[in-house]
Amino acid sequence: MAKSQVEIRGPHLLGTKLGMTRVFNEAGQSVPVTVIQVQPNVVTQVRTDEVDGYSAVQIASGDVKARNSTMPVIGHDAKAGTAPKRHHREFRVTEDEAAEYELGKELGVDVFEGCAFVDVIGTSKGKGFAGTIKRHGYKGQLATHGVERKHRSPGSIGGHASNAGKAGRIKKGKKMSGHLGNERVTVRSLDLIRIDKDQGLLLVKGPVPGHNKAWVEIRPAVRLYKGKAAKQKEVSAG
Amino acid sequence: MGTQQIIESINADALKTDIPRFDIGDTLNVHVRIVEGEKERTQVFSGVLISRKGRGINEMITVRRIVDEIGVERTWPINSPSIAKFEVVRRADARRAKLYYLRDRVGKSRRLRDKRRGLKHVEGMTTIQR
Repeated sequence: MAKSQVEIRGPHLLGTKLGMTRVFNEAGQSVPVTVIQVQPNVVTQVRTDEVDGYSAVQIASGDVKARNSTMPVIGHDAKAGTAPKRHHREFRVTEDEAAEYELGKELGVDVFEGCAFVDVIGTSKGKGFAGTIKRHGYKGQLATHGVERKHRSPGSIGGHASNAGKAGRIKKGKKMSGHLGNERVTVRSLDLIRIDKDQGLLLVKGPVPGHNKAWVEIRPAVRLYKGKAAKQKEVSAG
Repeated sequence: MGTQQIIESINADALKTDIPRFDIGDTLNVHVRIVEGEKERTQVFSGVLISRKGRGINEMITVRRIVDEIGVERTWPINSPSIAKFEVVRRADARRAKLYYLRDRVGKSRRLRDKRRGLKHVEGMTTIQR
Protein backbone atom coordinates (compact mmCIF):
# COMPACT_ATOMS: atom_id res chain seq x y z
CA MET A 1 0.00 0.00 0.00
CA ALA A 2 1.32 3.44 -0.92
CA LYS A 3 2.57 5.59 1.89
CA SER A 4 0.34 8.52 1.07
CA GLN A 5 -2.75 6.52 1.95
CA VAL A 6 -4.70 6.80 5.15
CA GLU A 7 -2.61 7.24 8.26
CA ILE A 8 -5.40 7.67 10.74
CA ARG A 9 -7.31 4.46 10.46
CA GLY A 10 -10.53 3.84 12.18
CA PRO A 11 -13.88 2.28 11.66
CA HIS A 12 -16.24 3.82 9.16
CA LEU A 13 -19.93 3.96 9.97
CA LEU A 14 -23.08 4.11 7.90
CA GLY A 15 -25.78 6.52 8.94
CA THR A 16 -28.63 8.65 7.66
CA LYS A 17 -28.62 12.40 7.37
CA LEU A 18 -31.59 13.70 9.36
CA GLY A 19 -31.35 17.42 8.70
CA MET A 20 -29.74 20.57 9.94
CA THR A 21 -30.15 22.73 13.01
CA ARG A 22 -27.97 24.94 15.16
CA VAL A 23 -26.27 24.52 18.51
CA PHE A 24 -24.58 27.12 20.68
CA ASN A 25 -20.98 26.57 21.76
CA GLU A 26 -19.35 27.61 25.03
CA ALA A 27 -18.56 31.04 23.63
CA GLY A 28 -22.26 31.56 22.88
CA GLN A 29 -21.71 31.37 19.14
CA SER A 30 -24.25 29.68 16.95
CA VAL A 31 -22.83 26.69 15.09
CA PRO A 32 -24.70 25.18 12.11
CA VAL A 33 -24.79 21.40 12.43
CA THR A 34 -26.03 18.43 10.45
CA VAL A 35 -27.58 15.64 12.48
CA ILE A 36 -26.57 12.14 11.38
CA GLN A 37 -28.33 9.15 12.86
CA VAL A 38 -26.30 5.96 13.17
CA GLN A 39 -28.22 2.79 13.74
CA PRO A 40 -26.13 -0.16 14.90
CA ASN A 41 -23.59 -1.14 12.24
CA VAL A 42 -22.91 -4.88 12.07
CA VAL A 43 -19.61 -6.40 11.02
CA THR A 44 -20.62 -8.77 8.23
CA GLN A 45 -17.22 -9.85 6.96
CA VAL A 46 -13.59 -9.65 8.00
CA ARG A 47 -11.22 -9.86 5.06
CA THR A 48 -7.74 -11.22 5.71
CA ASP A 49 -4.49 -11.23 3.78
CA GLU A 50 -4.56 -15.01 3.73
CA VAL A 51 -7.94 -15.43 2.10
CA ASP A 52 -8.56 -12.18 0.27
CA GLY A 53 -5.09 -10.78 -0.30
CA TYR A 54 -5.83 -7.69 1.77
CA SER A 55 -7.28 -6.96 5.17
CA ALA A 56 -10.47 -5.01 5.61
CA VAL A 57 -13.70 -4.98 7.54
CA GLN A 58 -17.15 -4.98 6.01
CA ILE A 59 -19.98 -3.30 7.86
CA ALA A 60 -23.69 -3.18 7.10
CA SER A 61 -26.63 -1.18 8.27
CA GLY A 62 -30.27 -0.48 7.53
CA ASP A 63 -33.02 -3.04 7.90
CA VAL A 64 -34.53 -4.51 4.80
CA LYS A 65 -37.33 -7.02 4.50
CA ALA A 66 -36.07 -10.42 3.42
CA ARG A 67 -38.44 -10.46 0.47
CA ASN A 68 -36.88 -7.23 -0.78
CA SER A 69 -33.38 -8.63 -0.46
CA THR A 70 -31.63 -11.35 -2.43
CA MET A 71 -30.67 -14.87 -1.39
CA PRO A 72 -26.92 -14.14 -1.68
CA VAL A 73 -27.21 -11.12 0.64
CA ILE A 74 -29.46 -12.96 3.09
CA GLY A 75 -26.97 -15.83 3.24
CA HIS A 76 -23.99 -13.50 3.53
CA ASP A 77 -25.50 -11.57 6.42
CA ALA A 78 -26.78 -14.74 8.08
CA LYS A 79 -23.15 -15.84 8.48
CA ALA A 80 -22.72 -12.83 10.73
CA GLY A 81 -25.84 -13.85 12.61
CA THR A 82 -27.94 -10.92 11.50
CA ALA A 83 -30.99 -10.18 9.40
CA PRO A 84 -30.28 -8.93 5.87
CA LYS A 85 -29.06 -5.35 5.71
CA ARG A 86 -29.61 -2.76 3.03
CA HIS A 87 -26.18 -1.16 2.79
CA HIS A 88 -22.70 -2.70 2.98
CA ARG A 89 -19.35 -0.91 3.04
CA GLU A 90 -15.75 -1.95 3.47
CA PHE A 91 -12.91 -0.12 5.12
CA ARG A 92 -9.24 -1.04 5.18
CA VAL A 93 -7.44 -1.92 8.39
CA THR A 94 -4.09 -3.46 9.22
CA GLU A 95 -3.91 -7.17 9.85
CA ASP A 96 -3.57 -6.69 13.59
CA GLU A 97 -6.57 -4.39 13.75
CA ALA A 98 -8.65 -6.79 11.71
CA ALA A 99 -8.25 -9.34 14.48
CA GLU A 100 -10.18 -7.03 16.81
CA TYR A 101 -13.29 -7.29 14.68
CA GLU A 102 -15.40 -10.39 14.79
CA LEU A 103 -18.43 -11.31 12.76
CA GLY A 104 -21.65 -9.93 14.14
CA LYS A 105 -20.00 -7.29 16.32
CA GLU A 106 -22.05 -4.11 16.54
CA LEU A 107 -20.42 -0.72 16.06
CA GLY A 108 -22.05 2.48 17.32
CA VAL A 109 -21.27 6.16 17.46
CA ASP A 110 -18.89 5.67 20.39
CA VAL A 111 -16.18 4.52 17.95
CA PHE A 112 -15.67 8.21 17.17
CA GLU A 113 -14.81 9.13 20.72
CA GLY A 114 -11.55 11.04 20.79
CA CYS A 115 -12.07 12.02 17.20
CA ALA A 116 -12.35 15.76 16.56
CA PHE A 117 -12.83 15.73 12.79
CA VAL A 118 -14.65 13.41 10.42
CA ASP A 119 -15.09 12.99 6.67
CA VAL A 120 -18.61 12.45 5.39
CA ILE A 121 -19.27 10.68 2.10
CA GLY A 122 -22.65 10.85 0.44
CA THR A 123 -24.50 11.14 -2.84
CA SER A 124 -25.21 14.74 -3.76
CA LYS A 125 -28.65 15.95 -4.74
CA GLY A 126 -29.31 15.54 -8.45
CA LYS A 127 -29.64 18.83 -10.33
CA GLY A 128 -30.45 17.43 -13.76
CA PHE A 129 -28.99 18.91 -16.94
CA ALA A 130 -27.26 22.08 -15.81
CA GLY A 131 -25.53 24.87 -17.70
CA THR A 132 -21.91 25.87 -17.30
CA ILE A 133 -22.66 28.66 -14.83
CA LYS A 134 -24.24 26.36 -12.28
CA ARG A 135 -22.08 23.34 -13.11
CA HIS A 136 -18.61 24.84 -13.40
CA GLY A 137 -18.97 28.37 -12.02
CA TYR A 138 -18.56 30.14 -15.36
CA LYS A 139 -19.39 33.82 -15.27
CA GLY A 140 -21.55 33.98 -18.41
CA GLN A 141 -21.74 37.08 -20.58
CA LEU A 142 -22.84 40.61 -19.87
CA ALA A 143 -26.47 41.49 -19.25
CA THR A 144 -26.41 44.45 -21.63
CA HIS A 145 -23.93 46.23 -23.96
CA GLY A 146 -25.34 44.53 -27.01
CA VAL A 147 -25.28 40.92 -25.74
CA GLU A 148 -28.22 39.12 -27.27
CA ARG A 149 -29.56 35.69 -26.25
CA LYS A 150 -26.12 34.65 -24.98
CA HIS A 151 -26.18 35.79 -21.35
CA ARG A 152 -25.50 32.38 -19.81
CA SER A 153 -23.59 30.74 -22.67
CA PRO A 154 -20.06 29.38 -22.07
CA GLY A 155 -18.41 31.44 -24.83
CA SER A 156 -15.71 29.99 -27.03
CA ILE A 157 -14.79 26.33 -26.52
CA GLY A 158 -11.51 26.61 -28.43
CA GLY A 159 -10.68 26.54 -32.12
CA HIS A 160 -10.41 23.21 -33.88
CA ALA A 161 -6.99 24.07 -35.22
CA SER A 162 -5.45 25.19 -31.92
CA ASN A 163 -3.86 23.01 -29.26
CA ALA A 164 -7.10 23.25 -27.34
CA GLY A 165 -8.81 21.40 -30.16
CA LYS A 166 -6.09 19.33 -31.84
CA ALA A 167 -6.80 17.18 -34.81
CA GLY A 168 -10.03 18.79 -35.71
CA ARG A 169 -11.91 18.18 -32.53
CA ILE A 170 -12.57 19.86 -29.22
CA LYS A 171 -10.18 19.10 -26.38
CA LYS A 172 -11.17 16.18 -24.18
CA GLY A 173 -12.56 17.09 -20.80
CA LYS A 174 -13.63 20.57 -21.90
CA LYS A 175 -16.07 21.85 -19.30
CA MET A 176 -19.51 22.09 -20.82
CA SER A 177 -23.11 21.75 -19.71
CA GLY A 178 -24.39 18.37 -18.65
CA HIS A 179 -25.68 16.37 -15.75
CA LEU A 180 -24.92 17.85 -12.34
CA GLY A 181 -25.20 16.20 -8.95
CA ASN A 182 -26.29 12.69 -7.97
CA GLU A 183 -22.66 11.62 -7.61
CA ARG A 184 -20.45 10.48 -4.76
CA VAL A 185 -19.12 13.46 -2.84
CA THR A 186 -16.72 13.54 0.11
CA VAL A 187 -16.64 16.50 2.46
CA ARG A 188 -13.46 16.46 4.48
CA SER A 189 -12.49 17.40 8.01
CA LEU A 190 -15.83 18.49 9.42
CA ASP A 191 -15.80 19.38 13.10
CA LEU A 192 -17.45 16.66 15.14
CA ILE A 193 -19.48 18.82 17.49
CA ARG A 194 -21.31 16.28 19.60
CA ILE A 195 -21.77 12.55 20.01
CA ASP A 196 -25.13 11.48 21.41
CA LYS A 197 -24.74 7.89 22.51
CA ASP A 198 -28.28 7.46 23.81
CA GLN A 199 -29.91 8.23 20.50
CA GLY A 200 -26.96 7.24 18.31
CA LEU A 201 -26.50 10.69 16.82
CA LEU A 202 -23.51 12.53 15.43
CA LEU A 203 -23.58 16.30 15.07
CA VAL A 204 -21.11 17.56 12.49
CA LYS A 205 -20.47 21.16 11.62
CA GLY A 206 -21.83 22.38 8.30
CA PRO A 207 -23.69 20.73 5.48
CA VAL A 208 -23.18 17.19 4.13
CA PRO A 209 -24.09 15.89 0.67
CA GLY A 210 -27.52 14.53 -0.15
CA HIS A 211 -31.12 15.01 0.83
CA ASN A 212 -32.53 14.42 4.30
CA LYS A 213 -32.76 10.71 5.15
CA ALA A 214 -30.00 10.00 2.63
CA TRP A 215 -27.40 7.40 3.55
CA VAL A 216 -23.93 8.71 4.32
CA GLU A 217 -20.66 7.11 5.29
CA ILE A 218 -18.66 8.65 8.12
CA ARG A 219 -14.99 8.06 8.87
CA PRO A 220 -12.31 9.77 10.94
CA ALA A 221 -10.76 12.60 8.91
CA VAL A 222 -7.87 11.28 6.83
CA ARG A 223 -6.20 14.58 5.97
CA LEU A 224 -5.95 17.54 8.30
CA TYR A 225 -4.22 20.84 7.83
CA LYS A 226 -1.90 22.09 10.54
CA GLY A 227 -4.38 23.86 12.79
CA LYS A 228 -6.88 21.04 12.79
CA ALA A 229 -4.14 18.42 13.18
CA ALA A 230 -2.99 20.20 16.35
CA LYS A 231 -6.52 20.23 17.69
CA GLN A 232 -6.95 16.54 16.87
CA LYS A 233 -3.77 15.76 18.80
CA GLU A 234 -5.06 17.74 21.77
CA VAL A 235 -8.39 15.91 21.76
CA SER A 236 -6.92 12.44 21.37
CA ALA A 237 -4.47 13.21 24.18
CA GLY A 238 -7.55 13.88 26.31
CA MET B 1 -39.14 8.70 16.91
CA GLY B 2 -39.56 10.76 13.77
CA THR B 3 -36.84 12.80 12.19
CA GLN B 4 -38.28 16.09 13.32
CA GLN B 5 -38.73 14.90 16.91
CA ILE B 6 -35.07 13.89 17.07
CA ILE B 7 -33.95 17.30 15.86
CA GLU B 8 -36.32 18.98 18.30
CA SER B 9 -34.86 16.91 21.14
CA ILE B 10 -31.41 18.28 20.29
CA ASN B 11 -32.77 21.82 20.25
CA ALA B 12 -34.66 21.34 23.51
CA ASP B 13 -31.53 21.78 25.64
CA ALA B 14 -30.83 25.18 24.16
CA LEU B 15 -34.36 26.58 24.33
CA LYS B 16 -34.89 29.06 27.14
CA THR B 17 -37.89 28.78 29.38
CA ASP B 18 -37.57 32.10 31.17
CA ILE B 19 -38.24 34.48 28.30
CA PRO B 20 -40.92 37.02 29.31
CA ARG B 21 -43.70 37.79 26.91
CA PHE B 22 -42.98 40.76 24.67
CA ASP B 23 -44.38 41.95 21.38
CA ILE B 24 -43.28 44.12 18.51
CA GLY B 25 -42.86 47.75 19.53
CA ASP B 26 -42.04 47.04 23.15
CA THR B 27 -38.98 48.65 24.65
CA LEU B 28 -36.58 46.01 25.97
CA ASN B 29 -33.51 45.90 28.10
CA VAL B 30 -31.34 43.14 26.68
CA HIS B 31 -28.61 42.03 29.06
CA VAL B 32 -25.74 40.85 26.89
CA ARG B 33 -22.90 38.77 28.29
CA ILE B 34 -19.51 40.07 27.23
CA VAL B 35 -16.37 38.06 27.81
CA GLU B 36 -13.15 40.02 28.04
CA GLY B 37 -10.27 37.64 28.52
CA GLU B 38 -11.06 35.78 31.71
CA LYS B 39 -13.68 38.20 32.97
CA GLU B 40 -17.31 38.26 32.09
CA ARG B 41 -19.68 41.18 32.48
CA THR B 42 -23.11 42.12 31.22
CA GLN B 43 -23.99 45.10 29.12
CA VAL B 44 -27.51 46.40 28.72
CA PHE B 45 -28.75 47.21 25.25
CA SER B 46 -31.99 49.10 25.53
CA GLY B 47 -34.22 49.78 22.54
CA VAL B 48 -37.37 49.09 20.60
CA LEU B 49 -38.13 45.60 19.36
CA ILE B 50 -38.69 46.08 15.63
CA SER B 51 -38.60 42.52 14.35
CA ARG B 52 -39.15 39.05 15.65
CA LYS B 53 -38.97 36.19 13.20
CA GLY B 54 -38.30 32.49 12.97
CA ARG B 55 -39.55 29.69 15.19
CA GLY B 56 -38.01 27.59 17.92
CA ILE B 57 -34.24 27.51 17.95
CA ASN B 58 -34.10 29.80 14.91
CA GLU B 59 -36.12 32.63 16.42
CA MET B 60 -34.36 35.97 15.99
CA ILE B 61 -35.08 39.39 17.45
CA THR B 62 -33.92 42.79 16.24
CA VAL B 63 -33.70 45.68 18.72
CA ARG B 64 -33.20 49.26 17.57
CA ARG B 65 -31.96 52.13 19.67
CA ILE B 66 -30.75 55.66 18.99
CA VAL B 67 -27.26 56.58 20.15
CA ASP B 68 -26.22 60.18 19.53
CA GLU B 69 -28.84 60.53 16.81
CA ILE B 70 -27.52 57.47 15.04
CA GLY B 71 -29.67 54.39 14.84
CA VAL B 72 -28.08 51.18 16.10
CA GLU B 73 -29.68 47.79 15.56
CA ARG B 74 -28.61 44.48 17.01
CA THR B 75 -29.95 41.08 16.10
CA TRP B 76 -29.67 37.94 18.21
CA PRO B 77 -31.07 34.46 18.31
CA ILE B 78 -33.60 34.73 21.11
CA ASN B 79 -32.18 31.54 22.69
CA SER B 80 -28.56 32.67 22.50
CA PRO B 81 -26.67 31.89 25.72
CA SER B 82 -24.87 35.21 25.34
CA ILE B 83 -28.09 36.93 26.39
CA ALA B 84 -28.43 36.81 30.16
CA LYS B 85 -31.98 38.13 30.35
CA PHE B 86 -34.67 40.28 28.82
CA GLU B 87 -36.59 43.01 30.61
CA VAL B 88 -39.69 44.65 29.22
CA VAL B 89 -39.46 48.37 29.98
CA ARG B 90 -42.46 49.77 28.14
CA ARG B 91 -45.25 48.35 26.10
CA ALA B 92 -46.29 50.17 22.97
CA ASP B 93 -48.99 50.01 20.34
CA ALA B 94 -47.61 48.73 17.06
CA ARG B 95 -49.87 48.09 14.10
CA ARG B 96 -47.25 46.35 12.00
CA ALA B 97 -45.49 43.02 12.47
CA LYS B 98 -42.15 44.59 11.52
CA LEU B 99 -41.32 48.18 12.42
CA TYR B 100 -38.75 48.78 9.71
CA TYR B 101 -40.42 52.12 8.96
CA LEU B 102 -38.84 53.46 12.15
CA ARG B 103 -35.53 53.55 10.27
CA ASP B 104 -36.84 56.39 8.13
CA ARG B 105 -38.30 58.35 11.03
CA VAL B 106 -36.58 61.28 12.71
CA GLY B 107 -37.41 63.11 15.92
CA LYS B 108 -40.83 62.89 17.54
CA SER B 109 -42.35 60.72 14.81
CA ARG B 110 -40.05 57.98 15.95
CA ARG B 111 -42.13 57.45 19.07
CA LEU B 112 -44.74 54.75 19.41
CA ARG B 113 -48.00 55.08 21.29
CA ASP B 114 -48.43 53.31 24.59
CA LYS B 115 -50.19 50.03 24.52
CA ARG B 116 -53.91 50.61 24.64
CA ARG B 117 -55.53 47.98 22.53
CA GLY B 118 -56.15 44.51 23.81
CA LEU B 119 -55.27 45.41 27.38
CA LYS B 120 -56.64 42.17 28.76
CA HIS B 121 -53.67 40.36 27.26
CA VAL B 122 -51.30 42.79 28.87
CA GLU B 123 -52.66 42.67 32.37
CA GLY B 124 -50.45 40.90 34.83
CA MET B 125 -47.42 41.25 32.58
CA THR B 126 -44.38 42.59 34.27
CA THR B 127 -42.64 45.71 33.07
CA ILE B 128 -39.98 47.54 35.00
CA GLN B 129 -40.43 51.25 35.63
CA ARG B 130 -37.58 53.62 34.98
